[in-house]
Amino acid sequence: MGIVVIVLFILIFMFLLTNSRPAFEAFGRGFVFGREWIPSEEVFSVLAFAFGTIVSSLLALMFALPISVGSAIFLTELCPSFLRRPLRFLIEMLAAIPSVVYGLWGIFVLAPFVRATIQPGLAAAFPYFGLFEGPPYGVGLFTAGLILAIMIIPTITSISTEVFDSIPNLYREGAKALGATEWETIKTAVLGPGMSGVVAASILGLGRAVGETMAVTMVIGNRADISPSLFSPSATMASVIANEYAEANSDLHISSLLGVGLCLLILSVAINSISRIIIWRVRRKTI
Amino acid sequence: MASAKKDYLNSASIQRMAKIRKIKSVFMTFLIGVLTGVAVLPLFLVFIFVIRNGLPAMNIEFFTSLPAPVGQPGGGMANALVGSLIMVAIAGLIAVPVGVLVGVLLSEYREDKFPSVVRFVVDLLISVPSIVIGLFAYALVVVPMKSFSGWAGISALSIIMFPPIVKATEEVLRLVPNSVREAGLALGLSRWRVSIYVVLKGSRSAVTTGVILALARVAGETAPLLFTAFGNRFWPTSLSQPMPSLPVQIYTYAISPFSDWHRQAWAGAFLLLMVVFIINVLARVLLTRGSGGSRT
Amino acid sequence: MNKLFASASKNLGQIIDWHLVLSSLIALLAFVIGARALAAPMINGAGATFPEPIYTKWFSEFQKKNPTIAINYQGIGSGGGIRQLIAGTVDFGASDAPMTDAETAKVSKKVLHIPTVMGAVVVSYNLKLSAPLKLSGPVIAEMFNGTITKWNDAKVVALNPGVALPDKQVIVATRSDGSGTTAIFSEYLAQVSPAWAGKAGKTVNWFRGSVGAKGNAGVAGLIQQSEGAVGYIESVYALQNKLPFAHVQNKKGKFVAPDVANISASIPAKAVGDIEKQDFKSSIVNADGDAVYPISALTWLLVNEEMPKEKGEQLVQFLNWTMSDEAQKMATDMNYAPLPKELRTKVLARMKSIKLQLQ
Repeated sequence: MGIVVIVLFILIFMFLLTNSRPAFEAFGRGFVFGREWIPSEEVFSVLAFAFGTIVSSLLALMFALPISVGSAIFLTELCPSFLRRPLRFLIEMLAAIPSVVYGLWGIFVLAPFVRATIQPGLAAAFPYFGLFEGPPYGVGLFTAGLILAIMIIPTITSISTEVFDSIPNLYREGAKALGATEWETIKTAVLGPGMSGVVAASILGLGRAVGETMAVTMVIGNRADISPSLFSPSATMASVIANEYAEANSDLHISSLLGVGLCLLILSVAINSISRIIIWRVRRKTI
Repeated sequence: MASAKKDYLNSASIQRMAKIRKIKSVFMTFLIGVLTGVAVLPLFLVFIFVIRNGLPAMNIEFFTSLPAPVGQPGGGMANALVGSLIMVAIAGLIAVPVGVLVGVLLSEYREDKFPSVVRFVVDLLISVPSIVIGLFAYALVVVPMKSFSGWAGISALSIIMFPPIVKATEEVLRLVPNSVREAGLALGLSRWRVSIYVVLKGSRSAVTTGVILALARVAGETAPLLFTAFGNRFWPTSLSQPMPSLPVQIYTYAISPFSDWHRQAWAGAFLLLMVVFIINVLARVLLTRGSGGSRT
Repeated sequence: MNKLFASASKNLGQIIDWHLVLSSLIALLAFVIGARALAAPMINGAGATFPEPIYTKWFSEFQKKNPTIAINYQGIGSGGGIRQLIAGTVDFGASDAPMTDAETAKVSKKVLHIPTVMGAVVVSYNLKLSAPLKLSGPVIAEMFNGTITKWNDAKVVALNPGVALPDKQVIVATRSDGSGTTAIFSEYLAQVSPAWAGKAGKTVNWFRGSVGAKGNAGVAGLIQQSEGAVGYIESVYALQNKLPFAHVQNKKGKFVAPDVANISASIPAKAVGDIEKQDFKSSIVNADGDAVYPISALTWLLVNEEMPKEKGEQLVQFLNWTMSDEAQKMATDMNYAPLPKELRTKVLARMKSIKLQLQ
């Protein structure tokens, strides 16, 4: 049985590798570092999608990290015990909502809100940045980042909670004994020792965001482009596969999409491995 | 010496300092509370909108009829509902036994080298984006069969489904104290019999919980079905034909320009969300029962 | 309270056991196998979204007449339809652009292009105006390559005397998938604007800052949701969603709306012979004539000349029916233009060459 698992993973990897060879042969290193994705002219490269993937995921992390760490602290340090379980359940439910439902909500609720309220507001507040420029589409990197943030909050929160829970009470008592206030105790006795765990949780959340498909496809605007504005339409590696795979009509196009898939696979496996290694080391230290 | 210290403690600046620290602490704890509120806010927002738009859109037609021709109002998602149920069920039949057995292997043979390699690979598999699994299923099933099919969708779903089941099973079985295993071995049972008949059977409700949660997660998967099961406007009659599914139908309807389709997309989302929510609540209830409520 | 909850959950847990999960899964499986007995061979097709509304209507009407024939169609874009036909994953494809030479080279069997209806690509917009917008080819071309960025641009104002145009950004909505609608539209742009020469095709490298959406439906949705948006969609999609669309200036300098009669005007009677000579793969974009709506096109069903017997018979039966007055009348009701009668006779004659293999 165990063999099945290993063979399966190797098969997935080999399939993507062999089938994306034509794209790598046709464009060489340019396939990874080129900026153009023009199916009509048979020019394909990954960089624009890598950009969209990484920017939207980092945006998501930026929004989600303070919220998740705050929630984890609240759950472990401040929460009255009767509230703890229901609150945990609610946050975990965020992870149970299907991606396509988030996407639907994103199209009809979040995107109009971003278009009508958030973007004009930010553009008015920071007129000199190029970050908030452009016509208000409502769909784009920023909206995708928001949706992704909601989707990775449960991941980061639950791992951070686990990390904070495993910190010995001795630390907290020590800080209190030295006259630290509630916040100082949290800062020195919880956040300090738990920092590497929080980092691992964030990386794991990032890994989830990178592979997320449907919700992002529905709100990112689907345009292969590298633009400085956070409100411009973009595309991620996952969204371009979802959009184009069923209808790509040249062998090179298909092979390039599989190449995108390969890059996505390597990226998510790498991100996840890093975070697992950190978590594993944190666990070994605390036990 | 002691009095000097007291003076120092009473000095106004220290007092002020303490006050500032206190205020800062109150402010920060308040902020943490606010952040927690922000974390659960989206859940309520999504639920409110899905219920508000989806509940009124529910009607008999939605549950009983096939989709209407493009752009015409009416019709329903009955075929997609059935298609989803079939695919998730068969994927479950494939993935659950494999997942549980691998889980048993990982937890019961901890000290061997091979399981730790398997464990590492299972973690890797969990991190593979579902759309990539969809690509793989396309190559595995669609290309040789020369047709989009229910089977392709099922193979994608079962590959996505089994790693979480492995993890869940392993975690549950690890909680079983070693004395139980030793008791079984002392009775002269062989090692694998102890694993299956004593350890696994003893924690079956908790394992079931993990399985049900995995089923619920897979029920909402869309991306890997886009180019495997594809879609179908008729009743799913054969697994070697394209298969309709609820998530793909919701997606197609959501990005369409027809308001009646939007209405049905909300209805579909409402249904999907309710199923997932109820399953989750039930699973938590089982889980707290299964392990004495100490683990939340 | 807590006690009550605990005991209730205990009972629940006993009821929902893995036996139940397993048996319900098996019951479902039995249901599937039972349902298979009723299965007729289903005909699968995929492709263009341009004619999807009329095709799905036709399939459902045709099934009412012939309950044993189920034809399943998925609108995934013309490019996808052609590719799936080449790969053999569908029984027929549908496209608004004829297969290119490169695509034809990939198929072992000959593929027949069967024109079904004519349609129009409209330039639809999201603005509240006192009168329908008037646009000329060159102005549309400049909008869609990003040189005209504001609705109150002098060139747009000049074409619309007396209409107050807002000082709003033009948001250009395009297709992100391989599309026959794009092929038709870009072919028109290439004909009216030198800047577009050689850039036509099922996918176009649109300028940065334009937004992409999947399918005609997706673009229509995008226009609907963004004020100041402009995009190109099949006319049915604009009509069904009550989106306004521009009157476009034709070769004779007249501003024409995409009505059925104006689409039909693109194939005058004398052109039918030529169309047949080209194996029906003709472009009718930017035709000459007073009443012509310039962005009109034929759309095709693509079938292999050799097909397995049972499916082939059913498909041919359906194709013959699409050439009937009854089917073409349905098309007219949905703002597609019917094929001229002479052309339909020629198509019917050509379909006799389809070979059915005994299996």
